[in-house]
Amino acid sequence: MPEPRNGVRIGFYVCHCGHNIASMVDCPAVAAYAATLPNVAVSRDYKYLCSDPGQELIKRDIAELGLSHVVVASCSPLLHEHTFRSATEAGGLNPYCFHMVNIREHDSWVHTDRRLATEKAKALARAGIRRVAHHQPLEMKRVPIHPDVLVVGGGIAGIHAALTLASAGKKVYLVEREPSIGGHMAKFDKTFPTLDCAACILTPKMSAVRSHPNITLWSYSEVVKTDGYVGNYTVTVRRKPRYVIEELCVGCQECIDSCVYKKPMFPDEFNEGLGKRKPIHIPFPQATPQVVLIDPEVCLNFKRGVLTDKCKKTCVEACAERKAIDFNQKEELKEIKVGTIIVATGFQPFDVKRVPQYGYGTYPNVYTALEAERLVNASGPTSGEVVLRDGRHPNAIAIIHCVGSRDRKTNRWCSRVCCMYSMKLAHLLKEHSGAEVYNFYIDIRAPGKGYEEFYDKLNEEGVHFIRGRVGEVTDWAMTPEEEGKLVIRVEDTLAGFVRRIPVDMVVLSTGLEPHSDAQSVRRMFNMSCGTEGFFLERHPKLAPVNTYTDGVFIAGCCQGPRDIPDTVAQAGAAAAEAMALIDRGHIDQEPNTARILADCSGCKSCIPLCPYTAIAFDSATQKAVINEALCKGCGTCVGSCPSGSIIQNLFDDEEVFGEIQGVLADEPN
Amino acid sequence: MPKPKVAFYWCASCGGCEETVVDLAEDILGVVEKLDIVLWPVAMDFKYADVEAMEDGAIFATLLNGAIRSTEQEQMARLLRRKSRVLVAYGSCACMGGIPSLANGFAREEILKFNYEDAPSVVNGPRTRPQLSFEEEGRKTHLPEQSRVVRSLDQVVDVDYFIPGCPPTPLITKKALAALLGDAPPPKGSVLAPDTALCEECPRKVGKPADLSFAQFRRPHQALLDPEKCLLAQGVVCLGPATRGGCGAQCPAGNMPCTGCFGPTSRVRDQGAKILSSLCANLEAKEAPDIDRVLEGIPDPVGTFYRYGMAKSILRRRVDLNGG
Ligand SMILES: Cc1cc2nc3c(=O)[nH]c(=O)nc-3n(C[C@H](O)[C@H](O)[C@H](O)COP(=O)(O)OP(=O)(O)OC[C@H]3O[C@@H](n4cnc5c(N)ncnc54)[C@H](O)[C@@H]3O)c2cc1C
Ligand code: SF4
Ligand code: SF4
Repeated sequence: MPEPRNGVRIGFYVCHCGHNIASMVDCPAVAAYAATLPNVAVSRDYKYLCSDPGQELIKRDIAELGLSHVVVASCSPLLHEHTFRSATEAGGLNPYCFHMVNIREHDSWVHTDRRLATEKAKALARAGIRRVAHHQPLEMKRVPIHPDVLVVGGGIAGIHAALTLASAGKKVYLVEREPSIGGHMAKFDKTFPTLDCAACILTPKMSAVRSHPNITLWSYSEVVKTDGYVGNYTVTVRRKPRYVIEELCVGCQECIDSCVYKKPMFPDEFNEGLGKRKPIHIPFPQATPQVVLIDPEVCLNFKRGVLTDKCKKTCVEACAERKAIDFNQKEELKEIKVGTIIVATGFQPFDVKRVPQYGYGTYPNVYTALEAERLVNASGPTSGEVVLRDGRHPNAIAIIHCVGSRDRKTNRWCSRVCCMYSMKLAHLLKEHSGAEVYNFYIDIRAPGKGYEEFYDKLNEEGVHFIRGRVGEVTDWAMTPEEEGKLVIRVEDTLAGFVRRIPVDMVVLSTGLEPHSDAQSVRRMFNMSCGTEGFFLERHPKLAPVNTYTDGVFIAGCCQGPRDIPDTVAQAGAAAAEAMALIDRGHIDQEPNTARILADCSGCKSCIPLCPYTAIAFDSATQKAVINEALCKGCGTCVGSCPSGSIIQNLFDDEEVFGEIQGVLADEPN
Repeated sequence: MPKPKVAFYWCASCGGCEETVVDLAEDILGVVEKLDIVLWPVAMDFKYADVEAMEDGAIFATLLNGAIRSTEQEQMARLLRRKSRVLVAYGSCACMGGIPSLANGFAREEILKFNYEDAPSVVNGPRTRPQLSFEEEGRKTHLPEQSRVVRSLDQVVDVDYFIPGCPPTPLITKKALAALLGDAPPPKGSVLAPDTALCEECPRKVGKPADLSFAQFRRPHQALLDPEKCLLAQGVVCLGPATRGGCGAQCPAGNMPCTGCFGPTSRVRDQGAKILSSLCANLEAKEAPDIDRVLEGIPDPVGTFYRYGMAKSILRRRVDLNGG
């Protein structure tokens, strides 16, 4: 038995948690046992310690019995550590002179033998009591918060978050990688299930971003570096050259008309390559900002990106005294300070080349869903007329659901929106072409307001629904009717036989994936990714827009596939979370941070290990230093310092070994 | 005033520690002048009986080197403990078990069998093994018994101070003796060497990269080593970060890595585990097969990370449940 420590008087409390603990653990026996341990001044069991009277009990004992430390054996610290720390503090002690022992999740809930579970509770209590004797008073740290916010990604999520914050008076930097904000939504003609025109609801929001005095919009830009910590981030943004001075361009587009290329002849990214554009172009009519840009890869004044000055530069002539075109523009690095960051980088569609059996790239009349979106779009390359790549108009169209979703060979998750947008496309394609439309689905997933009704409506419209995962798309005709057609081979699992359905056009409803650069974005903002690669929320239910890095929030499809209503709701939530931080003005930091002793040899082994880049090398002292505000108390460096020169509050060797010895000690009980 | 009596004694050791005492060179004369040496088997002729005859506590200090691995060594350790007011574990073997304690990775029978039967250089037809006693012409002699486990001195008797090193350098020995003879002796249990790791005093620390990441490990003979660059940065396992300084970084200065003879700092319980956790955390490889490939560069991990400290490590010894 260890020597009692002078001046340490521990109050030990074991909670019944109603029946949750008491049914499997003999709580009075645990309390009686703990009373025999060194330094324990009082030991009690109680039905609900988290209740007001339970907390009162602790407070009263602290005052009346002169306790120095408190141990509560109850549920998980995740649930009530805060409660009991507060009670300890209210009783007049430092809140960190408290330790919580989990005998519910770690004991009563997972065992079936009451005697053994009780013994385990005693061992855990012993560990906590031995540990807490070493606890020292610690102080929470207060750090002020910079009120400006960075929003990364200008899809509907980023747009909505930026506008919400800006209209609440916060200064926002919105950084978008493409030349225009709008994200995927800007490419849609209509949106399910209401079929309201996407441009009509999105464009006003885009212009509002442009004109809002509180928003600095940096399109065609990317974050290249983030330093700092919650409340105090320093972010470096790279602004790529568009060879047009944003402040001088008025968006008249006269330059485009007068380009030496009389006809547009380069594949147009915004239209998924279905249309053509000139070297100097604007992505789409409502693009925001309304600023043209030059593609140096194809512009005659460049050769493969390098300025040659060999073109007549009719565009410059057209721009005349506005002088907006600047072939010498260079990329620019801007450094900004913000307190909070909202990451809203969205998704990328599944790459259909990964399912060659559906013939994309082999058969010209196989389309991705996004291409189909552009084809039916009134402002798309065909002005909404459904003309195939070979110039024909389709009489029959197949839409294949779940391409790159719910599939062990590609992505296992359901992309949530494909059933709905497939039905939207079915409706629009039928409306625009009069063709017969067949939807091939595994299950119809229509959970959402008005979604099931939309499915019913489609059924009434005479769209065909065939249940079965399509085996292949082929042009190998077996009957005269199949000649010159694309044939869908599928097992109709409702009818119970294999079908061959000849069509003229196939649309692949591609799933939603994390961006291929999601890992580097994750590192940039110190976030985590789930197994699929979408950014990980701190808690799936209770903190869905928070990340494990304080002050960094996520919204929209970068966190997982979702539709526009959910994206907007989440963006609003992220904005509110950011505002909650900003308006409090400061953050409290847990004091379980690590610090480096003067005994550090300066070996630098710890520096690359910190996942929060909290450790730096001080060249004056030739030793490592931890930036306390950045340290999250993960302990990585503590365990790995080869000379044991890093100490972590609440995880001192004495505390940890005390706990281990406590749990292993074979004391009579 | 009579000169303080001191004793030097050796147990399971190579004799290198004795060399250091001799290496004090002219200083040894100063030492002898101040001290009265009552036992020093390597240099002077004393009998155990002389020591036994002394009163308990008669010796001011004994500097004992070597690990404890035989009955005789244990007896002498106990005897000298009784006779000395201050007992100093001198050198890595006495402090931590040293190289002899690498034997703790084997059962005693394995060791005896190899050394008296299987080693390629052994010619021992009748397979004679050391006997505990032997009679010739009516006289019986006794030999000490080898123990099953090699121990550091403080695992056998109470130790007042530790002077680490394989061997301890003359400088550190001189400083320690001065401290012991001074007016304010250090607190009992102290290791009389700096408590900061070797990197601090290593000339190669300058310019050491802050983003160490090991793509491969090499042994010193496998590469032409840059004489100035940090050895770890060249992929050579150097125990400097996990080892007390005080030696003047002689090995790194001589283009060889630190092998850890000064032992861990006071804040570390297991030197080998500590350097392992640091090196492994900084491996570039992240997948199991790649990690295995990198670790192939360390063919003898126990000998690399526990070269001087097996007895005092958490590993301590191989437990052989079949005895031997
Ligand atoms: C074919 C199809 C049809 C759909 N139809 C509908 C529908 O009708 N109704 C509906 O509710 N939902 C629909 N959806 C879902 C809808 O697209 C998403 O809910 C919505 O786009 C999510 O918005 P977001 O802002 O999260 O992502 P995105 O729209 O992907 O926007 C992300 C933005 O971030 C930018 N970005 C990415 N990485 C970076 C970076 N590193 N730095 C800076 N900027 C970056 C991108 O350029 C982009 O502008 C459809 C989806 C598809 C694939
Ligand atoms: S690992 Fe330890 S000794 Fe090395 S620099 Fe970091 S704190 Fe200092
Ligand atoms: S405890 Fe973790 S977060 Fe803190 S400095 Fe060490 S490695 Fe970084």
